[in-house]
Amino acid sequence: MNEIVQLLIYGVVLGSILTMGAIGVSMIFGILRFAHFAHGDFMTLGAYIGLAFISAFGLSPWWALPSGMIGMAAVAVLIDKVLYQRIRRTQPVILLISSFGMALVIRAAVQLIWGSDNQSYAKGIQFPWRLDILGGLRIKPDHVWIVLIAFALVVAVHLFLTRTKMGKAMRAMSDNMDLALITGIPAERVITWTWVIGGGLAAAAGVFLGIDTRLYPVMGWTALLPVFAAAILGGIGRPYGAIAGGMVIGIAMEMSTLVIPAAYKPAVAFAIMVVMLVVRPQGLFKGTL
Amino acid sequence: MTMLLEASGLYGGYGGVDILNGTNLTVGDDEIVVIVGPNGAGKSTAMKAVFGLLHVRQGHVRYRGDDITNARPEQMVRRGIAYVPQEHNVFPSMSVRENLEMGAYLMSGDISARMERVFGLFPKLRERRHQQAGLMSGGERQMVAMGRALMIEPSLLMLDEPTAGLSPLLIDETFERIREIRDLGIGVLMVEQNAKQALAIADRGYVLATGRNRYEDTGPNLLANQEVAEMFLGG
Ligand SMILES: Nc1ncnc2c1ncn2[C@@H]1O[C@H](COP(=O)(O)OP(=O)(O)OP(=O)(O)O)[C@@H](O)[C@H]1O
Ligand SMILES: [Mg+2]
Repeated sequence: MNEIVQLLIYGVVLGSILTMGAIGVSMIFGILRFAHFAHGDFMTLGAYIGLAFISAFGLSPWWALPSGMIGMAAVAVLIDKVLYQRIRRTQPVILLISSFGMALVIRAAVQLIWGSDNQSYAKGIQFPWRLDILGGLRIKPDHVWIVLIAFALVVAVHLFLTRTKMGKAMRAMSDNMDLALITGIPAERVITWTWVIGGGLAAAAGVFLGIDTRLYPVMGWTALLPVFAAAILGGIGRPYGAIAGGMVIGIAMEMSTLVIPAAYKPAVAFAIMVVMLVVRPQGLFKGTL
Repeated sequence: MTMLLEASGLYGGYGGVDILNGTNLTVGDDEIVVIVGPNGAGKSTAMKAVFGLLHVRQGHVRYRGDDITNARPEQMVRRGIAYVPQEHNVFPSMSVRENLEMGAYLMSGDISARMERVFGLFPKLRERRHQQAGLMSGGERQMVAMGRALMIEPSLLMLDEPTAGLSPLLIDETFERIREIRDLGIGVLMVEQNAKQALAIADRGYVLATGRNRYEDTGPNLLANQEVAEMFLGG
């Protein structure tokens, strides 16, 4: 029982991180109609931008979050203008493959700039709090912060999508692209905002991953599969579904270590994704795929 | 006198094949103009061409005398032209209110007065303003679609088959609303399958076949025309 609750806690932490990536993947798919394969590497780059910022100014690790998010949002918009915008009117498969290429470019750049060794935001290890319930639970303060901040970001995204004109325009575009055009919604502006949010949230996921463990050049790439699984599970193109998808995948991945070796965690995400695509390709909630 | 809308000699189509073969259309400031014709005649295509959604290869679209051929949809909306497509004409996951808000996206300032006017025309939408548009009945969705288009307070409203799939009662009601819209001084260009009823409220009408004007006349004259009745209005 104790072990199950402990894994559930880890699952919620992982789920919060995956959710940050999956919301972006889902929104980008909803509005730009392609699976963004560089999203994992956006996570990596965001984490490293945060690292560069805090080491340059000697700040505490949590400053990596806002600086990484802002930096990555800007880089995401730049990448869109330089690459994706030029091929916007081609087929989705061309965009998908280009994003795969962009993933390789980003990963190589990260390696070139920061090297391939593991890095971390803070020196030393953090001691978990011990709770005397259920026979003793260990909770790391960082984990609590990750979950709380992820929750706050989800609320912020929700408010943006439901209360602001731009957020509503985003939903309109992902609902019905042609009608959005006919209505005069400025597609390019909406797309820019999509990258701002997608890039910012990807960086949040990356920084969380870095805080939870370490930073290394393929950290985001390895997280891409569960992030996609979460987005698909939630119904791709549905940012709200991505939240549920992220939690289910995160918890399932951690829980699986009860019965199979931890090295198979990504395989669990993959299995759920495949089963989902076969049984209910529209996702738990109706997706736009 | 310059017409509100004047499309002359339009040619254009999909993938190099012309669907429009010299279509002409004019709409005056406060008239209802109806396009009828067999399936596949190019009625929807003509609407798309006028609104800049389909490349016009040859010919001109003029609005209040200005050449707007192949202008971007955003420009059309800014000039006061609103278009309701035949299908998929609402944002399904958004509420009625949000659909109307999106209609006024390009309008600056407070939009509540605009929304009130739309609610005045379609009181049902006020009742249902929090409902998700995609879950509404066909008739209600059509009201949302027209409401969305009216949010810019257009001078020209383009409707592609606004009564498709509606019950006879709702069809009457929709045509009644369209007359009210015209009486507000808004020019209406609409494609209709319910040709007899549409022509009955039309100031003028066009019969389109294979992308060409076959007949054009006042609504009553077209209705009275023996040939038109036999060939296009089902006897
Ligand atoms: N997106 C498209 N791509 C290729 N061909 C198209 C497309 N849309 C319409 N067509 C073709 O253009 C022709 C005219 O279509 P259009 O939709 O304008 O007809 P319509 O008069 O509106 O018919 P309906 O009464 O069925 O709505 C048809 O032969 C149709 O198959
Ligand atoms: Mg049609």
